[in-house]
Amino acid sequence: MTEQAINLDTFRAEVAGWLQENFPENLKGQGIAPFGGVEGDRVVEGDAALWRDRLASRGWGTPTWPADLGGGGLNHEEAKVLSEEMHHVGAINPIPLLAGMGVTMVGPTIMEYGTEDQKKRHIPGICSGKVRWCLGYSEPNAGSDLASLATKAEENGDHWLINGQKVWTSGADISQWCGALVRTDSGVKKRDGISFLMLKMDQPGVETRPIKLIAGASPFCETFFNDARAEKDDLLGALNDGWSVGKRLLQYERASQTGARPTSNKVSGSLQSLAKSYVGETATGELADADLRVRIADHLMHTRAHGLTIARITAEAKGNPEVSAAASILKNSATRVSQERAELTLEFMGHQGLGWEGDDFSEDEIEHVRGWLGGKAISIYGGSFEIQNNIIAKNILGLPETTQKG
Amino acid sequence: MAALSEEQRMIKDQASAWVREQAPVSTFRAMRDQDVAQGFFSETWQAMIEMGWTGLVVPETYGGAGLGYQTLGLVLEQLGRNLVASPLYASSVVGAAALMHSGSEDQKQALLPKIADGGRLVVLALEEGPRHNPSQIMCRAELTSSGVTLSGTKQFVMEGSAATDFVVAAKVDHGAGETGVGLFLVACDTPGVRRHAVKTMDSRGYASVTFNDVALDLEAMLAGPDTGQAVLEAVLDVATAALAAEMLGTAAAAFDMTLDYLKTRKQFGQVIGGFQALGHRAAGLYSEMELTRSCVEAALAALDNDAQDAQELVALAKCKASEFLHEMSSQLIQIHGGIGMTDEFDAGFYLKRARVLENALGNAAYHRDRYAKLLNF
Repeated sequence: MTEQAINLDTFRAEVAGWLQENFPENLKGQGIAPFGGVEGDRVVEGDAALWRDRLASRGWGTPTWPADLGGGGLNHEEAKVLSEEMHHVGAINPIPLLAGMGVTMVGPTIMEYGTEDQKKRHIPGICSGKVRWCLGYSEPNAGSDLASLATKAEENGDHWLINGQKVWTSGADISQWCGALVRTDSGVKKRDGISFLMLKMDQPGVETRPIKLIAGASPFCETFFNDARAEKDDLLGALNDGWSVGKRLLQYERASQTGARPTSNKVSGSLQSLAKSYVGETATGELADADLRVRIADHLMHTRAHGLTIARITAEAKGNPEVSAAASILKNSATRVSQERAELTLEFMGHQGLGWEGDDFSEDEIEHVRGWLGGKAISIYGGSFEIQNNIIAKNILGLPETTQKG
Repeated sequence: MAALSEEQRMIKDQASAWVREQAPVSTFRAMRDQDVAQGFFSETWQAMIEMGWTGLVVPETYGGAGLGYQTLGLVLEQLGRNLVASPLYASSVVGAAALMHSGSEDQKQALLPKIADGGRLVVLALEEGPRHNPSQIMCRAELTSSGVTLSGTKQFVMEGSAATDFVVAAKVDHGAGETGVGLFLVACDTPGVRRHAVKTMDSRGYASVTFNDVALDLEAMLAGPDTGQAVLEAVLDVATAALAAEMLGTAAAAFDMTLDYLKTRKQFGQVIGGFQALGHRAAGLYSEMELTRSCVEAALAALDNDAQDAQELVALAKCKASEFLHEMSSQLIQIHGGIGMTDEFDAGFYLKRARVLENALGNAAYHRDRYAKLLNF
């Protein structure tokens, strides 16, 4: 065995021992529910809080982040071992969920653009799982054309004063901090007058209103800034360089979105066997609806092609510092997988796929309706389907830009 | 593909350089214009023999290089790019696979080295109707005490004009009724074998072959009814995956030509690639190309590794390659506009080749159906 393998085995034993002592038995297999679920609408207490704090004390909620900032200081192999051992005992890492946008997006961006002081003030909070972050990006009049955002920040002595409105701020009503793109210069090209500010959500100048969506309750909010305050030393990156900072942050977002996820994890079993249970089958075992059968086959083949492409990109990435150009297609491809699956499921369920609530429908059926509706957002957020195609055309294929005038 | 081996990189570079310098599309055009009866230039074939491509997948014991299908795919993709016409695919891939999966040791010894050195062109004679349907074989092979009598007609035999030998799929009749499918090796000059060239739109050397009570020795039976079906399926898996690799190359070249045109053609005072409708179309085609590439590489790797799900991946690869080549060859014409319609421009060659290969060994619908069957629905 190589020295590295021996070290990994030692580490695995250490993790297993630590988990045995520290992971509360009654959280086993409970998933994210004790941590407030996706909506985060529950106070984390009891064993859930205990587990969060114990994990954070080792920095293992953010295992590969630097130890001096509250991370685990592990390399990728060690982090993999940690994750495997946690999976083994039925434990999850709740910290990425509890930190809102902190672990997936804000943290990596602060570590890339932030000053030493900013890293010391903000990263440990994210690692602790006690400070939740939201993002103030979109505005009512700045969606796909994000650069036309109008929320304004003006210098006011030792701080910034922020006025304007953000929308789709996920988790704004339960977050402690917000990373916001604000206009700091109106006299230049749109993209050149934007800055990235970090501000506290618990202050008189910030008001949030939850948004009800077509699928029902949602984590999204409208957020209003009326003379909200951000400290001078909470400007991330250079003044008026917020577009680069914000764009980089979105790359971290896309990196976390490329895996195709089923829109509903409640409907289990293979799609084809579920379809058979609603539609029936012929004497030779084929799905009774020939047209639907072809479209399900087409969908499953695309799903397979998507999975094989992720595997190929991963293989090509080994020992190659440049990201494979093929990676640019994954967001739209994953969107197609998710939305197509949801539409096909809705279709073959027939009447039973149309329920909203009540005992006439199974839990799975109702859950699927909500998932199908919610999934319509996948082709809108994180760079819409059309924006992704702009990116491929311009950045990968080298075609001239015509639609995103700065 | 994950990192290529040193050998694979060399073979790929060699193929790419040779195709670029020695086999441009103008060579194919010249072959078409001169109406070369066999459907390829002998010089082209000679060059391939000298580069060792004819023995690429033939095991070393039989005079080949014994390389895998992933390596073969690298060469086929390059050939597909410039529509190179040759019997390499039909004989050195499909014919070789038939012999590698069936036949006695003596038959392998006799024939595989000849395939590997290009001396014999051994091709599969399978199709009998307008659509790929290997489960409906009507050709009959009657077993008698002294040998085999073969009768029936095979259509659209690839490189059937130049072939020296046919591997014929036929229903075996023991005298007590038909049993399963067998494979039979028939030299083209055997009495009772008649062929005529079939003029297809892609200018390749297809033939229809009639077997009129052809008397063969028992040794001509490469696979009998007990193993024939399985052998045929294995050969078709290799043939189908390899064809998908060639089609990917053809489509990728069509994509490159289209992208180049989008960047140079000006209308309304700007290059047309700046119009969002065309930019998005190009982005969509690029995405389909990348997805198709993943499927083709996975299918070839599955064959090399004898993977459990090889059949699924082969069906996936041919379906995706057919769909993408179909759309890409149509867009090649559409985006080039009027010039794309002229014979002087190459786009038409790509469109014609595309439709022929889409249909070969089952179109997208055939393989979608097959995929669904493999997944039990």
